[in-house]
This record gives sequence, C-alpha cells and structure tokens, in this order.
Amino acid sequence: MLNDVTFGQYYPAKSFVHNLDPRAKIVFVIAYIVAIFLAKNFYALGALLLVTVFFILLARVPFGRVLRSVKMILFIIVFTAILNLFFYSGESAYEPLVDWWIFTITYESIVNMVFLALRLFLLVLGTSVLTLTTTPVALTDGLESLLTPLKWIRFPVHELALIMSIALRFIPTLTDETNRIVAAQKARGADFETGGLIRRAKSMIPVLVPLLVSAFRRAEDLGDAMDARCYRGSKGRTKYKKLVFSWRDALGVLFFGGVITGIVFMNLYLGAKFDIIGQIASLF
Amino acid sequence: MEAVRFDNVKFSYEQEDEYAVNGVTLSVAEGEFVAVLGRNGSGKSTLAKLINALLVPTSGKVTVFGMDTSDPKQTFEIRKSAGMVFQNPDNQTVASVVEDDVAFGPENIGVPREEIGKRIDFALDAVGMQAFRQATPSRLSGGQKQRIAIAGVLAIRPKIMILDESTAMLDPRGRREVMEVVRRLNKEQGMTVLLITHFMDEALQADRAVVMHRGEVVMDASPEEVFSRSAELESYNLTLPRAAAICKRLQAAGMPVGNAFTAEELAEEICKSLQKI
Repeated sequence: MLNDVTFGQYYPAKSFVHNLDPRAKIVFVIAYIVAIFLAKNFYALGALLLVTVFFILLARVPFGRVLRSVKMILFIIVFTAILNLFFYSGESAYEPLVDWWIFTITYESIVNMVFLALRLFLLVLGTSVLTLTTTPVALTDGLESLLTPLKWIRFPVHELALIMSIALRFIPTLTDETNRIVAAQKARGADFETGGLIRRAKSMIPVLVPLLVSAFRRAEDLGDAMDARCYRGSKGRTKYKKLVFSWRDALGVLFFGGVITGIVFMNLYLGAKFDIIGQIASLF
Repeated sequence: MEAVRFDNVKFSYEQEDEYAVNGVTLSVAEGEFVAVLGRNGSGKSTLAKLINALLVPTSGKVTVFGMDTSDPKQTFEIRKSAGMVFQNPDNQTVASVVEDDVAFGPENIGVPREEIGKRIDFALDAVGMQAFRQATPSRLSGGQKQRIAIAGVLAIRPKIMILDESTAMLDPRGRREVMEVVRRLNKEQGMTVLLITHFMDEALQADRAVVMHRGEVVMDASPEEVFSRSAELESYNLTLPRAAAICKRLQAAGMPVGNAFTAEELAEEICKSLQKI
C-alpha cells in the first residue's frame, strides 16, 4: 500500500545535478514553483516540462523512479482536476457542453482542468527531482544556511533543520513499520480493500494507533541516543560537510535565471491558456 | 584505573514505588570487559543509563573516571568518555547517510572539520564498514546498522563503551558480527566494555559477569564461575549457555566430560572422554 513512497528518498548517483550546491537547488525549486504559478499559457508550461525532463536526464535518475512519486499524489491531481471540470466558474465564450443541475462543463473548464493537472504534475515532478538528487542532510544543511539570517530574530534555525532531517530520515523506517502493522492486522482478518471511503478510512484506525504509539517510543529512544552522543543543540557544534558554491552552481543559477526570464516573456507575448480552444477549433 | 564506580546506588522511576536499581555497589576497572546479565526488568538497562547520566541516581553516587554523574556540569564530559549503543538500531540513527550519522557525535563535541573526516575513517575501519560510507542506513542489515551505531559512538573516542542489549534485535549472524567488533575493541584498543545482555553465550567472551536480579547485583565473578553455579542461576530465571547446558546434561547422564562452556570446549571435552573409552 505504501511501497511507493519515494518522496523524500534519495536516489544515489553521480551526476551534475547531484553535485550542485543544495542551496542553489533549493533556490531553483522555489524559482521553479514561482514559474509554474506565473505560467499563463501552455507554451510556458511546456517549456517548464522540457526543463524538468532535461534535469531528470542530467540527474541520471530513471524516469520510472521519478514518476513513482507523482503516482503518490495522483489521487489529489485527479480529484482537483474533476472538481475544476465541474465547478469552473469563469466566463465562457462558447456554449456549455454539459449543463445539468449544478454541473457545468464548458470548453474553458476542460482547458482549465488540463492546465491545472499539468501544473500540479510539474510541481511534484520538479520537487521530487530535488529530493531524489539531494540527501536529506544536504537539503537541511542548505535550508539551514539559507535561513541563517533568521537567527538574528532568535529563530531556532539549527533545531528546525535537525527536526526536518530526522523526519526525512524516519520516512522509510515508518513506512516499513506501517507495512508490518497492515500485514499483522490483515493476518487477524482486518479488511482494508473493500467498502466505501468512510469504511476504508475507519479501517486505518487499527493501523494508525499502533504506528503513533511506536513513533513516540522511537522518539524517546532517539532522544536518549542523541543525548548519549553528546547532543546539546547548536552550542559549540561544528559541521563536517561545508557547503561550497562552485562554478557549476553559478552556471546553474545563470541557466535558471534564463528559464525564469523566458517564462515571463512567454507569458507576455504568447497569449493566455484559453487561446488553445480557438487554435484547436481552427484546425477543423 | 577505575572507570566506573557505583556507590550504594538506588534508582526508581517517578511513577513506581519499587527501586529499579536497589543498592548497587560496583566497580569497573579501565580496560575490563564486563557482561551484565539478568532477566527483563532486572534493572540492567537502568544500570547502563545511570552510567552516562541519562538517569541520575535517586540516592547513592555514580562516578565515571571520578566525575559525578549527578553534577550537570560534568554531564558533557561524562558522555564524551562513556559512549552508549542502544537496542534498536533504527532508533539511534540520526542521518540518512552512514558517514553523516557517524559524524553526528564529533560534530556535537565540536571537533574541527578535517579531524572529523579522520575520525569517521577510524571508526568505520574499526567496525569494518568503510565500504558502506556513502550507504543509506535503512537499507543495511540489522548487524550492519548496529556496527554503524558503534562507529557513531567510536568517533567520539570514548574510553568506555556501553552496549545496552545491542544484539537483542539481531539475527545470529548480526549478533556474531557485533560481538566480534566489541571483542576486538576491547582486546586491541583497550576499550572498557559494559555489555548488557540476556544472551548467556555472549557473556562468555567477557572477563567478568555480573548478574542482576530485582535491581540488585546477586552474582559478580568470572563467567566460568557464574555458569558453574547453575542452580543459583536458575533461581534468577537465567539459563546456562547452550554448550554448558548440554555439557551438564551429559554429565548428569554419566558421561565423563569435564566442565565446558563454549561449543569448542565442549567438543574437546567430548573427544577426550571418547578417547578414554
């Protein structure tokens, strides 16, 4: 059931993308997300898709592996897409295709649905390239470094970064545990596959309760283990891995700056997403 | 030199009236390999946590190289000199990459960066896991994970290594791997080892076996002596090591074998007795 959780799981390989400074990568992903939301037409999204595919190739991560993390939120994508299909409230220049009770489907709502689905897809695709090519430690180191200015207002940057890296580190452990509990409950006759949504949700309670209890026990153990290994917060702490910003990162930043500028220009000069309706119509 | 000293130590957990550790007086010399045996709830894990100030005695005194564990100012130094490996290998790993996890301890005590690299090398070599430096701990076997945990402690360069049932969740192969590393650390580097366990076979590798029962130390002698007092052991719900148990039954059945505790010794004794016939 939860075998497909690849989100947050590092895919070890040697590549240009893997070697990039995590700070640069985090900034890229933020820029990428902004670009996705700035994109107003399919050209811009298409360009972003190309950029993402290019980075996946560069990272030498198998496509299947990347797509698995999309599979995880496929439900959310489909759900929002369907909602948007039926309840799109924007104006329509054409006759509605379906107009029944509270459901209305117009050409615009179809375009809107596709656009939204593509957006979400790109969002997950891009962010999973980050988590697949960056170790959680590097990721939190990067975040810590980027957030350092916040220390001035006494924001616990180091603690937050550590909490994040530990959370990421425990994902596979808790996934294994969930699978074990599911198997144990199945062996006692629990049924997770049949019934409606509510019944299925209810059937998860016997899984979630022991999982939660065990997570607390683990947290306590981990606290002891960290204490025993002389942890006492950021006081007097050194770092083994220093982040180094190299020419590669500079190159990446330049490239990404270019992409964002490109998207802005595409938005300005290549029209809106609904233009595609007219374009398709003109084909017939 | 005395590494650890317990002076009439009592400890009770807040919500309980009974003492988990009830009047223990014990001294461990530097370089010694001590096994602490006992059933579940005998207080042996509590004893371990009292050493590195994870717990502080309710009454009595615990000192580590002369430092009092009840003095908060000494806690950090105590933990630097007494490292501890826990039972569940999954719950003591903080990082998702082996070398980062091993680096956690040295980072905490403020070791300079270049030196941390050397310490990781040293620690991973000591447990024979250098090849897994870039690996993900969650994909390793239980024995390998536990060796990484040992490396994480070694990198702090402690003088005492406490293993709190660190082999309990491992398969026989993982147990062998870990025990071999522990024995080597003790023999080659003079590391003081406190091995908390309920596997009697493991105690045979120690210099000394301490048996705990209901919070008290009830036996404290060489493993051979402890295991030759089998009736007493049974009264504490402990069994003999497998080879020793077989040996005892052979003797009871009238076979002329001498006392043996390990499989090798038993095999030798049986050969000798067969030659006599």
